[in-house]
Amino acid sequence: MSTTALPAQIARVPGVAIALIALCIVFVLTSPGFATSPNIANVLTQSTILLLLALPMTLIIMTEGLDLSIGAVLTFASIILAITAVSTGSLALAFAAALAVGLCFGFLNGALIAVFDIPPFITTLGTLGIAQGLSLVVTDGQSVVGIPRSIETIYSGTAAGIPLPIILAALAYAVTHALLYHTRFGAYVFALGGNREALKVAGISVRGMLIRVYVFGGLMAGFAALLMTARLNSAHPTAGIGMEFDAIAAVAVGGTSFERGNGWLLGTLLGVITVGVLRNGLNLLAIPSSVQVACVGGLVIAALFIDGLRGEQ
Amino acid sequence: MSILTSETLSSRFTLSGNVMQTLYRVLAVALLCVALTALSDVFLTANNILNVLRQTALLFLMASGLTLVILTAGLDLSIGANVALSGCLAASVIKITGSPLLGIATGVGCGFIIGLANGVLVTALRIPSFIATYGMMWVLTGITYYYMAGETIHGFPPGFRQLGSGHLFGIPVPVYFMVLFLMIGVLFAQRTTWGQQIYAIGANPIAARLSGVPVERRLVLVYAVSGAMAGLASLIILARINSAQGDIGEELTLPAIAAVLVGGTSLFGGSGTVAGTLIGALLLTLVLNGMNLLQINSSWQPLATGIIILLAVWIDIRTRRIGE
Repeated sequence: MSTTALPAQIARVPGVAIALIALCIVFVLTSPGFATSPNIANVLTQSTILLLLALPMTLIIMTEGLDLSIGAVLTFASIILAITAVSTGSLALAFAAALAVGLCFGFLNGALIAVFDIPPFITTLGTLGIAQGLSLVVTDGQSVVGIPRSIETIYSGTAAGIPLPIILAALAYAVTHALLYHTRFGAYVFALGGNREALKVAGISVRGMLIRVYVFGGLMAGFAALLMTARLNSAHPTAGIGMEFDAIAAVAVGGTSFERGNGWLLGTLLGVITVGVLRNGLNLLAIPSSVQVACVGGLVIAALFIDGLRGEQ
Repeated sequence: MSILTSETLSSRFTLSGNVMQTLYRVLAVALLCVALTALSDVFLTANNILNVLRQTALLFLMASGLTLVILTAGLDLSIGANVALSGCLAASVIKITGSPLLGIATGVGCGFIIGLANGVLVTALRIPSFIATYGMMWVLTGITYYYMAGETIHGFPPGFRQLGSGHLFGIPVPVYFMVLFLMIGVLFAQRTTWGQQIYAIGANPIAARLSGVPVERRLVLVYAVSGAMAGLASLIILARINSAQGDIGEELTLPAIAAVLVGGTSLFGGSGTVAGTLIGALLLTLVLNGMNLLQINSSWQPLATGIIILLAVWIDIRTRRIGE
């Protein structure tokens, strides 16, 4: 409507877009290295692992759930991937092992939540402890090194000039988008958040659907383990700790609601880039990673606050 | 309001329902003790018993404040990070001023303020407690690591160190704190109007509000108490290990949650007791102490704690179903 007042039009622009643009302006002004093409490529490449976690996190939060274990599962999957690669020399086998770890934890989370009715945040807090404990037990706190060098090309390689991780992440986004918006599974995910009773009335197995959502999260953590291990060329028992927080932050900033089950996958993509830009910009300004963590925390609280205000309207 | 609280009281504290539950837990503690005595020569030595008591006291102090939060159907995931920041600030103050009293005030005060902030996030901003305190956890961790910059502060005055490593009549000082706060906690939760209102909020927040309970103010109170208790616990850790680092307390959040849940406080709010949390803290300490004595790698501890949390919640859900 051309007659709509300007403030009302601005109010319709998603908060995440405003936040992203504001951050970019701040960093362009304060840091000369920010708006260079190598740095932008760097931000995007570094955001790919986070995107792989944030995509399933969006679906999980849409079902009024949460997955606090996804960072610890990523870590454990990365360790199993590295150990398998070192002992067999086969990257394919190693990747399969990482996916299997993700599948097991996803199924465990889903089963505890759907079948035993344990609230998601406490379920995944428990499995976070389990995955973290397993990572420490298996490695005795040491890094796993000696992975075949070929794994590096997965993270640093390019195809047609585009970095491989970006191609893989774009693929993951496309698949998740198709799943969420073009399949019955996706329609059920929307219903799980907003209208669970309707699903039951329609004879859909709510339990089965919930388990599938968490299994999807586990598998994506296994997929992300491939990129993370390739990036570090090693696996470390604390490497992925806290990644779940960045993922939750990206989803929250992207406008997916914790209480009403409204999800927006493109918002999550923008949220991931926002978190990535924030961390990259702070890095360029030589602000320590500890402060970056605090800033991401502040970003989440601000996003949830705005979400709360919109909910009241 | 009086109707509501008396109803809540009668349904929550009738002995018949709770006695069996408590009995099971005491039985579990006894069984663990018997098993550990049989498996380890060291378990039943005076030194180890005092050690178990000291660890139980520390865990209980953190878990007792958390119990109030969980009674309102909330959760405080920030207590471990709270311990780290409160402890490090208190350590600095002691080092700079040389005054243990100022240090103690700083530790408890910092914990309290963090708790207040959690309370504001949960009430005024209406952010779900597990996500608000989880965000707070990362904010605090970031601040602590930045503040400490990898340094360690060590060497506190002997008087201050008595808080954590002193003995009175042969019993570790933290145990006296445990007894003191057990009494305060039980009296507060079960004998004061505010305590009853906390149960009422957990059982049914809407009914509580309708019957005149100032829900927001009580919620802020429980998060502030939880924070202050974490601050107090940080002082006992400082006094015990005689140093402060950015990662103290980090590994205590999960065991504290486990202690509350194992102690019979329902994650869904409205039922449980501070005394139960003491049994939970003892049980958890025995498990972790036993793993140490049996020389099981400490890497297994988060795994064991995770499984214990899941089991405790599952049992809670089962009991509720049977109750219905």
